[in-house]
Amino acid sequence: MPPQTLELPVPTWQQSVGKYLKILRVSLIERLTYRADFFVSTFLRFLPLLTTFLLWEAVFASSGAKEISGFSHDQMLAYLLLVQISRMFSSMPGLASGISRDIRDGNLKKYLLQPIDMIAYLISYRGAHKIAYIATSAAPYGILFFFFRDKFNVMPDLTTWAAYLASLLMGFMVGFFFEAAVGMAGFWLLEVTSLLYIIHTLNFIISGHMFPLDLLNPALAGFLKLLPFQYLAYFPAMIFLGKIQGQELANGLAVEFAWAFGLFLTSRYLYRVGLRRYSAYGG
Amino acid sequence: MAIVEVRDLAKTYRVFQKKEGLFGAFRGLVRREYKEVNAVAGVSFSVEPGEIVGFLGPNGAGKTTTLKMLSGLIYPSHGSAEVLGHVPWERADAFRRKFALVMGQKNQLWWDLPAQDSFRLHREIYSIPPDVFDRTVGDLTEMFEVGSLLRQPVRELSLGERMKMELIASLLHQPQLLLLDEPTIGLDVVAQVTIQKCLREYNTSRGVTMLLTSHYMRDVEALCKRVLVITHGKLVYDGPLSGITEQFGRDKLVHLQFEADGVPTDIERYGAVFEREGPTVDLRVDRAKVAEVLAAVLDRHTVLDVSVQDPPLDQVIARVFEEGKARHAAANA
Repeated sequence: MPPQTLELPVPTWQQSVGKYLKILRVSLIERLTYRADFFVSTFLRFLPLLTTFLLWEAVFASSGAKEISGFSHDQMLAYLLLVQISRMFSSMPGLASGISRDIRDGNLKKYLLQPIDMIAYLISYRGAHKIAYIATSAAPYGILFFFFRDKFNVMPDLTTWAAYLASLLMGFMVGFFFEAAVGMAGFWLLEVTSLLYIIHTLNFIISGHMFPLDLLNPALAGFLKLLPFQYLAYFPAMIFLGKIQGQELANGLAVEFAWAFGLFLTSRYLYRVGLRRYSAYGG
Repeated sequence: MAIVEVRDLAKTYRVFQKKEGLFGAFRGLVRREYKEVNAVAGVSFSVEPGEIVGFLGPNGAGKTTTLKMLSGLIYPSHGSAEVLGHVPWERADAFRRKFALVMGQKNQLWWDLPAQDSFRLHREIYSIPPDVFDRTVGDLTEMFEVGSLLRQPVRELSLGERMKMELIASLLHQPQLLLLDEPTIGLDVVAQVTIQKCLREYNTSRGVTMLLTSHYMRDVEALCKRVLVITHGKLVYDGPLSGITEQFGRDKLVHLQFEADGVPTDIERYGAVFEREGPTVDLRVDRAKVAEVLAAVLDRHTVLDVSVQDPPLDQVIARVFEEGKARHAAANA
């Protein structure tokens, strides 16, 4: 065979976008090889939910109150179910720690050597992960919601449904870019485990995952609603319950979008600065 | 035109100096002390298309650092490099599509999935047209003889098979330059030889330029006509492999076979004993004195067989390394 190297055509931008979609597909195949892991983790997710339910049963029973901070007994349980759905979209287990580990172990190299962007690759990968996760846990969640169907006294209308879906998708973005930005700390710190532990513990409360933010004192709740974390759990659940409507809803969605975009820019900026440092000192 | 053109390339790292003990550890939290390490201290060379060039040097000599600069992973502190017409650390997409770096100690394949799935990911990353991709995978798996293993999860492959898959993955986009860092590390001799064979075949059939580092002299002997010897960040030799012995090998090995029990007791006076097995002795003798020593031995003892050889290449190179170290220590004293 005569010496030959074939020059591959440089892709157009449409092909570049298509590239990440195809990566998503390939990643989806990869994720589905871990079927058993899915079922176990889905099941385990229901356990803490059960204890929270029992706790609120007890709170309502002992206080005898009809409403706590505007939440009836049914609404409280519905809220707790709904934040599970929010977190299904917005939680990014292992994203920040994975990025910082890649930086420390030098696996970051592959993104520098190959014609691929790390953040775009990770979002395709994470998207695939989420699709696979949502698909496989649809059945168990469906059963759970059916079981508690009487807690949802009003079903949302079409506009609310649309707003709800939009808030979930943007919640994915907020969650992704926030975690990605935190993961970039790995460029400066050797060990980020304790930082992540603090963030995740705090996040459980300040995102409204544990209980509705309205239960906190009004000043604190007001402050927390200024932060991006409420979009990870509280905000979508409140939309579904019909507690945020009209102009307030439109504003909320706009602010959520601004946060998603701002965090996108932040993670990009930190990645660029971090890479410059990495290339100068390490490798 | 040269495919790699390196001029006075240097890299200085700042290394954090950890203090001893608990007190020192706490002090380190507040005030850090750094030491400058010259990993690469000004090297210049160029590589022509189609060459296979070996990088030789002891651990920490700067081989990997040089490869990292050539592949654009790190910026140099000084000097310039042009690889495939690009400045590597600008990391242009067009540049990244034309080369590959394979590190023997790192794997890029998905551990739990068959290699084929990782290959498909590479197809997307490099936007390889499907027909080209299928043909390339077919050719490469045939060449590396791993066609039947494509559907097996990577974790179930042997180390040698995995390395072959790694190489295939790096060749899918048909790079013009292949940088190999310890490609045969940890492999048994059979696997080493197959990989050498495949790389050589690929080089002749495709004219791909290769730059490799290896601790195994066998790799270098089998693949490289030209070597660069680097110690302490400095290039000390650039030329054909055989030239190393001429330039650095000051000794010859004189192989003597005596009669049974006929080895003279004072054999040491003729030269340092390099190896001794029964009645055969290998003496290390200064090149200039070979004739003299031979005459003296033949004159006094009965010798059944005699030959003069160059010492093994790895020994010569070890010597070059040691001298480099001594010179470096002297310069820093």
